[in-house]
Amino acid sequence: MRWPAGLSASAHPPAEFLDPLTDDALKSTPLTASHRALGGRMVAFAGYGMPVQYPAGILKEHLWTRAHAGAFDVSHMGPAFLELAERTGDGEVDHRAVATLVEPLVCGDIRGLKPGQLRYTLLLNVAGGMVDDLMIGRPAAPRRQGELYIVVNAGTKEGDFAALSAAAGRRARLVRADDRALIALQGPEAAGVLEAVIPGAAALSFMTFAALAFEGDDLIVSRSGYTGEDGFEILSPAPIAERLWNRLLGDARVAPVGLGARDSLRLEAGLPLYGHDADATTSPIEAGLAFAVSKRRSKAADFPGAERIAREQGGALSRLRVGLRILEGAPAREGAPIADQAGVVVGKVTSGGFSPSLNAPIAMGYIPPPLAEIGTRLSVIVRDKAQAAEVVPMPFVPHRYVRKPAA
Amino acid sequence: MRFTKDHEWVDLAGDVATVGITAYAAEQLGDVVFVELPAPGKRVTAGEALAVVESVKAASDVYAPISGEVSAANSELSDNPQTVNDEPEAAGWFVKIKIADAAQIEALMDRAAYEAFLGTL
Repeated sequence: MRWPAGLSASAHPPAEFLDPLTDDALKSTPLTASHRALGGRMVAFAGYGMPVQYPAGILKEHLWTRAHAGAFDVSHMGPAFLELAERTGDGEVDHRAVATLVEPLVCGDIRGLKPGQLRYTLLLNVAGGMVDDLMIGRPAAPRRQGELYIVVNAGTKEGDFAALSAAAGRRARLVRADDRALIALQGPEAAGVLEAVIPGAAALSFMTFAALAFEGDDLIVSRSGYTGEDGFEILSPAPIAERLWNRLLGDARVAPVGLGARDSLRLEAGLPLYGHDADATTSPIEAGLAFAVSKRRSKAADFPGAERIAREQGGALSRLRVGLRILEGAPAREGAPIADQAGVVVGKVTSGGFSPSLNAPIAMGYIPPPLAEIGTRLSVIVRDKAQAAEVVPMPFVPHRYVRKPAA
Repeated sequence: MRFTKDHEWVDLAGDVATVGITAYAAEQLGDVVFVELPAPGKRVTAGEALAVVESVKAASDVYAPISGEVSAANSELSDNPQTVNDEPEAAGWFVKIKIADAAQIEALMDRAAYEAFLGTL
């Protein structure tokens, strides 16, 4: 057998299995040594050597996360802080000032963030296309007002950081934190695990964050994630990251989970992956991310591409991201054409694979809105064969976020 | 049993060769979730695409190690593709091929040579 085209060069082991320690061009994370010790299979991802899976394999890691808790190294992502240079000391005034600097780049309500709140938002270009999706949070602590916590995608972080810095000018400074470790702990048992390691974590509500202590050191802990499960993302200084990681893995409820299962988990959760399910041509409305477009911002039409987005919200939409259940045959991967019942190609798959939870292939892709109704029968074309598929609601597997933790 | 550099194995009995992927390939691939096999009667040529094996992550082609006519496909794999991981060099076989030329099999690696080859990867 040969591994997929692009991953394999005939006489060499597939690129997928490259050893990052022999590839100087790949960046490491504070946890790289741990991944190797755990038997992680390292692959190149966004310039980093990252574990795609551990010896348990993608299927088991995926199902373990849904049943217990999975620990993920996501240090390749781009955390940063935007810090107002001159502050008044009035938290509301200072927050408003820093929020006003970033709002021209995104479609979300940043001004309206409450202390400790985290919001999913989108960087847009002038054509209303997505430059990236990202998280922006307002710190809870009074002395941190006038700062924003920002986490962008790995593959887009250089451009994003440049745009944010340029927008800030001299009024604020962007402090990169991507030399730290970012660890995600996800799954129904994540809160119980984390509370024992970082007291106070379980009291956080979904989409909030706080500075909490781990053995005397401050970390930033958010209740958020990319799996559809309850969970947390923890920004840790590099020197203590391995100790934290080992504490988490020391709990029998936790298994290490690689990027392979991270991808299958987010696919089941219906969450788009930037660069695949959305790009610079995709609008938030096409991508099914209208919830990320703030009502206040829409009314003011004060973000890039606001005109296109208003038009699309009014119904002038040519394509829409939908979920597909593949009813027979092989998984439909990224790039597979989607056809209507007459056999006419109407769109293509942007992410697809096998759903371990549903034990069936699932996919997401873009099709014209008239075909996007739930239950519409379509087909996906895999290796020149049409396979029956059906438009289904997303998420494919229900989200289990903990919006308000029990007291 | 003989082996290819593409990690297929061939086991000849009479003029029928059973073909599968090696334990090394199955391990590298990870959890197999789907296997696409040719229909019996199909003529195959050594080096041509024979089957497709899909893991959670990706699809990989399996190439015909020898030429001949497919005489059977392992229908067990459509219900239980995981068999490829559990028993890659036994119950996880892919197809049986009625061979055209036994010399093609002689030209493949024996187990010692294949294991030496794996040591170079």
